[in-house]
Amino acid sequence: MSMAKSTVDERQTGSSAFAPGPALLLRGLRKAFTDVVAVDGLDLEVASGECFGLLGPNGAGKTTTIEICEGLTDPDAGVVELLGLNWRTGASELRQRIGIQLQETQFPDKLTVEETLRLFRSFFKRGISIEESIKTAQLEEKRNSRVVGLSGGQKQRLAMACALVGDPELLFLDEPTTGLDPQARRHLWDLVDDLKHAGRTIILTTHYMDEAERLCDRVAIMDHGKIIALGTPQQLIASVGGEHIVEFAVSGEVDPTALLAIPGIQSHRVDAGLHQLSVSELHVAVPQIFGALTAQGLHLNEFRTHSATLEDVFVGLTGRNLRDE
Amino acid sequence: MSKLESSSLFQLTAVRLRLFLREPEAIFWIFIFPILLAIGLGIAFRNRPADVLQVGATTTQLTQALASDKGLTASTVDEASGTHKLATGEILLLAIQRPEGVAYKYDDTNPDARTARLVADRAIQTAAGQHAAVKADNELIHETGARYIDFVVPGLLGMNLMGSAIWGMGFAIVEARQKKLLKRLVASPMPKWQFLVSFVLSRLLMLIIEVGAFLAFARFVFGVPFRGSLWELGFLCLLTSLAFCSIALLVASRAKTMEAASGLMNLAMMPMWILSGVFFSASRFPAVVQPIVRALPLTAAIETMRGNMLQGTSITHMLLPVSILLAWLIVPFFIALRIFRWR
Repeated sequence: MSMAKSTVDERQTGSSAFAPGPALLLRGLRKAFTDVVAVDGLDLEVASGECFGLLGPNGAGKTTTIEICEGLTDPDAGVVELLGLNWRTGASELRQRIGIQLQETQFPDKLTVEETLRLFRSFFKRGISIEESIKTAQLEEKRNSRVVGLSGGQKQRLAMACALVGDPELLFLDEPTTGLDPQARRHLWDLVDDLKHAGRTIILTTHYMDEAERLCDRVAIMDHGKIIALGTPQQLIASVGGEHIVEFAVSGEVDPTALLAIPGIQSHRVDAGLHQLSVSELHVAVPQIFGALTAQGLHLNEFRTHSATLEDVFVGLTGRNLRDE
Repeated sequence: MSKLESSSLFQLTAVRLRLFLREPEAIFWIFIFPILLAIGLGIAFRNRPADVLQVGATTTQLTQALASDKGLTASTVDEASGTHKLATGEILLLAIQRPEGVAYKYDDTNPDARTARLVADRAIQTAAGQHAAVKADNELIHETGARYIDFVVPGLLGMNLMGSAIWGMGFAIVEARQKKLLKRLVASPMPKWQFLVSFVLSRLLMLIIEVGAFLAFARFVFGVPFRGSLWELGFLCLLTSLAFCSIALLVASRAKTMEAASGLMNLAMMPMWILSGVFFSASRFPAVVQPIVRALPLTAAIETMRGNMLQGTSITHMLLPVSILLAWLIVPFFIALRIFRWR
């Protein structure tokens, strides 16, 4: 696809003395707006070729962070380095080498898909052909349609194609699937998968935990402008203490100490009358949970289990549901 | 893809033109509306043969004396109904026979009534045997260049250049900001100056069509004269359009919503619609406000266009209004660049 990408690959696989630094480096990043501290002392490194997810509820500071990385917002303090360059001295080179998809960009309604891409392609010194970008975004049939006639998913893929025309080494996607229907989301995920496999570094924000689990090699969970957890989705899920979540509802008061005494049960919390236990060995714990509840003379109204997700990590770390925001 | 086609300035300008041409309303306002307005005004203010004035008299003798003048039509009425007809505007003057002579009843603040008074008195005196002391002959002229349509065409041209620059550019910029397209563009490697220049370039291309169509219409349908150099007229149109582009840029430099932009644009244009002498001479405003009136870009633009088209004045004799236009081009542009909000 690109010569520059293969150069990067060569550098990675070649002499270790020239091993590339991180694609993105943030140190002590801070940004306050008049009424709120949006980013509160953030450190982060994203390796070249990684697909990295910034997760968190709305208002966690994800967009501010990514916009600082994109050179659209100036931080109050901190270091920002992308591809070994910074925005003060390397802005014009950086703009050529990164691809950006912003939240809620509306392209002009009366331009066609091809015209929009041709415009964006003209800004880059090098990059892929219009044909290739249309093919990558699977917009072949919509090539001559005006933007106004595209579905939400197609518009989002056009935004993605506009981010890709310069064949970027580093790609930023800000909430790429927000507002899309499930089918369009899966379609976009496949597209991101393809980009990942092509070896591009991708940094995306999302407030969908399933999206992060599906796409990201590593994720950082953000809350109130800080990173509260960082690792692979599997590591983070394991950090909750159990790979499984048991949820149940009973009529009456539960004595949690009896439950926590059961081997394999890591934690207990109650949310809107629903008890949640994080459990490491489901087959051992479940019979004992039934036993403990019966011993307390309680009648089960509801009982279900699921594998722990990043959602449960967030709940475990903050005591809040993502959707509470 | 050719080199030109792959240049970002070409693409940006092409996008601007496409977006404009795909907006049917814009085409109407910029190309059709000024021509319709010129037609309407041309019809309303066409030069008619001198009006025949309606007068009344209380005796048949007086009526005959009045009717002998071609400029009057006279009818016989009694004084009471004549007074009523005066009040309703059916007649302009009532000649009343009195024992000692004639009395004229009319409204001396109405110019037509004053004319009627002079003509009626002449007719009555002539009928009574008066002769002119000096022999007088009339030589009539109906010269092009002195008609209302000749006066109003440069005014409409200036107004149209103002409207198309401010509406065309202002709305497009604010819409792009509101839809976060501006933000997306500055996130790309697009040189920012090219974005602004693309507006000006597309404006200038449309200017050629817009001004050409309007002036050709004025020339061939109304016979409006072009006494000055056409090159200079072209330069004046260019300068005017650029000055208004610069003002549009300033007006649109911060506004985040279409409502705010629309209010600001009206605020910028309203004083000029009223004061700048589109439909009547700006010199009719009191001397106190003249410095303000003359400093407005539209006043300066229309003054130079009337000078060029109607009097054939060269730019070297209109340096003051030309410098006013230049100042309106430069100052708002640099303020706008400083305060422009890209997101």
